[in-house]
Amino acid sequence: MRHTFVLFGRQMRHILRSPDTIITVAVMPIAMMLMFVYVFGGAVKTSMGDGVNYVNYQLPGILLMGVSSGVSYTAVRLFTDIQKGIFARLRSLPIPRSAPLWSNVLTSLISNAIAVFVLVLVALLLGFRPSGSPLRWLGAAGILALFTLALTWLAIIPGLTAKSVEGSYVFSYPLIFLPFLSSAFVPTETMPTALRIFAENQPMAGIVELLRSLLSGGSVGNEVWIALAWCIGILLVAYLFAMGVYNRRMLK
Amino acid sequence: MTNTAIGVKDLRKSFKSTEVLKGVDFAVKRGEIFALLGSNGAGKTTIVNILATLLKPDEGTAEVCGFDVLREPSKVRASISLTGQFAAVDGMLTGRENLILIAKLRDDKKPAETADALLERFGLTGVANRRADTYSGGMARRLDIAMSLVGHAAVIFLDEPTTGLDPEMRLEVWKTVKELSGSGTTILLTTQYLEEAEQLADRIAILHEGKIIATGTLDELKKSFPPIRVEYIEKQPTLEEIFLAIVGKKEIVK
Repeated sequence: MRHTFVLFGRQMRHILRSPDTIITVAVMPIAMMLMFVYVFGGAVKTSMGDGVNYVNYQLPGILLMGVSSGVSYTAVRLFTDIQKGIFARLRSLPIPRSAPLWSNVLTSLISNAIAVFVLVLVALLLGFRPSGSPLRWLGAAGILALFTLALTWLAIIPGLTAKSVEGSYVFSYPLIFLPFLSSAFVPTETMPTALRIFAENQPMAGIVELLRSLLSGGSVGNEVWIALAWCIGILLVAYLFAMGVYNRRMLK
Repeated sequence: MTNTAIGVKDLRKSFKSTEVLKGVDFAVKRGEIFALLGSNGAGKTTIVNILATLLKPDEGTAEVCGFDVLREPSKVRASISLTGQFAAVDGMLTGRENLILIAKLRDDKKPAETADALLERFGLTGVANRRADTYSGGMARRLDIAMSLVGHAAVIFLDEPTTGLDPEMRLEVWKTVKELSGSGTTILLTTQYLEEAEQLADRIAILHEGKIIATGTLDELKKSFPPIRVEYIEKQPTLEEIFLAIVGKKEIVK
């Protein structure tokens, strides 16, 4: 554990010293949020009935987009360390074999938490009015952390296997756009049937619905289990796959 | 405790269908600087990676300080320090932070003091607080080697420490490695340059196409080289010489 924290400290220092990574992680979702609230929001709201706070409505989707782009840096960091031989040096040290991976996971959790915090602050400025209780806030934080954890392990796979930097982060593009194909920004009622079935049942849809209920004080029902099942399922599969790749590739 | 720091027996390793190591044997004594000399692709790095527990051998055994790399990898890692083919320094951190990082990972009780002592020893005190990505190739390599000395590992692997460096930087690294000899640390050095092996190593093994084809001190290797021979080579006459010879003969006959 101690070694994992030492390596975590190193990576957090990296993040603080390369403001560009902070800016891309936070700015892209902020720009998206501005666009949805001020450009599309007005039009979307007309189909949603009165009393809908659109800033509240779109925030969960923006948060998922932020995390999806944030985890791509885990893949890039891993790839760069492997390419520069730093990873080999770390693995030849008398520290636990998995410490270099877990330090990346920890870095991802903390840096994404910071990004989410910034996004929520910006949303508050734009008119986000949460009506959840502290317990619900905790629940929202928990599901976001679980989502980040699952995607981070997913990101470790290309981080370990990619042949180029571009190859290491390209996996995040579909993830960033997946919230568009859900109820994250617009209601799904007007979508063609096939698309609508996908949009209502894909992994991010359930998580978006749960976050929305938790943050806006709606009733929380089945979506808890759907969201948890997706997050834990992705986490388990990605973790086992990543560890398999790590043990195979790194110790041929 | 045995006198052998590294023992490799009948080591074999293939990548897909390419057989890289075809039964490698050698032994390195404690405190010795041992050079593995071989051309590009001879399998030098593969041997180092197996010894550093980063790769598994297909067949054969490899021991470091009496610990088998497969059975006791964590004890092997506690005895070694790896300096890979490319200076593996963290460019985002300063030289001092790089050393402190490794010191902390090696459970050094006083990481800052260890770092400062090494910076001093390697002439990096002046640039200690500059980010390592601003260092010259030679400076980065010196920092890289300094990082390998944190924690006083019994065995240090230097994988092609001067490849890609200009001649001046090469001399700088040689000086550093020479200073390490006699400290009781065992060093396994790989290189493509005969001169480098000559300059630094107590003993040299020549790795060629996956096998060690010769081992010994420089003098022993020189003795086993073929002796100087004087050869008489039949020289074919040119057309002009033939012509002149024929013309000349005819004149003589005349």
